[in-house]
Amino acid sequence: MTETAPVISVTNLIKQFGRFAALRGVSADFAGGKLYAILGDNGAGKTTLLRTLAGLNQPSSGQISILGAGKFHDVCQQVGYMAHPSLLYDEMSGMENLAYFSQLYGIADGSRCAEIIRAVGLDPELSRPVGQYSQGMRQRMSLARALLHDPKILLLDEPFSNVDVHSAGDMVRLLGRTRDQGKAIFVVTHQAALLEGTADEFVWMEAGKIIGRTRSFKPPEPVA
Amino acid sequence: MSEPKGITRATLLKDLRLEWRSKDAINSMLFFSLLVVVVFSFSFDPSAEESRQIAGGLIWVAILFAAVVALNQTWARELRNQVLDAYRVSPAPANSLFLAKAIGNFIFVSVLEVLMIPLFVMFYRLRALGPAWQLLVVGALGTWALVVNGTFFAAMSIRTRSREIMLPLLLFPIAIPAVLAMVQATTAILSGEAGARFWIVLLVTYDLVFTTSCLLLFETVLNAE
Repeated sequence: MTETAPVISVTNLIKQFGRFAALRGVSADFAGGKLYAILGDNGAGKTTLLRTLAGLNQPSSGQISILGAGKFHDVCQQVGYMAHPSLLYDEMSGMENLAYFSQLYGIADGSRCAEIIRAVGLDPELSRPVGQYSQGMRQRMSLARALLHDPKILLLDEPFSNVDVHSAGDMVRLLGRTRDQGKAIFVVTHQAALLEGTADEFVWMEAGKIIGRTRSFKPPEPVA
Repeated sequence: MSEPKGITRATLLKDLRLEWRSKDAINSMLFFSLLVVVVFSFSFDPSAEESRQIAGGLIWVAILFAAVVALNQTWARELRNQVLDAYRVSPAPANSLFLAKAIGNFIFVSVLEVLMIPLFVMFYRLRALGPAWQLLVVGALGTWALVVNGTFFAAMSIRTRSREIMLPLLLFPIAIPAVLAMVQATTAILSGEAGARFWIVLLVTYDLVFTTSCLLLFETVLNAE
């Protein structure tokens, strides 16, 4: 696969929950080595799009191709997913959480967990259970979990929510460095200003559709 | 990707660690079954022979109800912070998760049995007239029969609004043949009657059929929206 070939290709994607259509025919190609900020009001379909890409929602119709594969399970080793909730066990420390998830991904390198915890700015020696972390620490640890297996594609849902500006800035710089390593990063956020200067593209969603893609943090021109 | 056996082991150890720290399941089960033993012992005053006839039913019904508490907890901790989604997006096989959960529940319910059965023996002055070692076989097979289906149906009911009610509604009708076999086998062993062997064979068959069915269907249940 060449660098310019899309890592994710979505064709006429529709996702319905009962009679409500959360995604209404989304078609788009996304290239590797880029950071995409996915923006839109509540209910625009951003989280549904991310969960569908992550294989957590089955599309009602349409096609998704990730790294050339039609089935998410075939490429799940190459995809990291961070949701709005932490996806971590509150009763275990950050290190214990990552040690468990590293076994699910077959990571043999014992030092990888400590390395990734340091990369997100936390201390791997911290023995406190995650339930006692501040919201910002929990978000960082959740990001560490998504990065643990060094995926080629990162799907991040609201990674900066309830994170202070300083910590969010650190996270953005880390995402920038990760993108520079050739990874494709998708960030669903309501704090798009944080990604100004780092995101390569802003993808604007409304009512279950992509209504435009811009290079700068500027909404697309309304179609006359 | 890790071997499925390694993932089952890691998930089981993680669950044991979480239970050791929270003691959610074991405490609720213990209090519940302790209450059952005490209330039953005050309600009836059976002779030694009557005790042998009713003890099998009392023990297994108490354990069945107590096990439901543990079974509900099994998946509840996976729903907090939606950790189950982290498993679903990983390359780990669904059956490894199922087996780890079932084995974990088997351990929790077995611990409960080890603690509660001496109390039953004491309160009801029980003494087996048949081969007592067969009670261990019935206990192991019966406990597995309860937890394998219980783990499966608890997973099915996690996305429903009233899952605490849904689990017994789904589990109890399916568990009837196993409970019947457990009660009859226990009564036969305690009373020294013949026939325990038939019920043990029935339990083995039940375990094989339902373990296979649950393993075949669990991936669909895990990925259901």
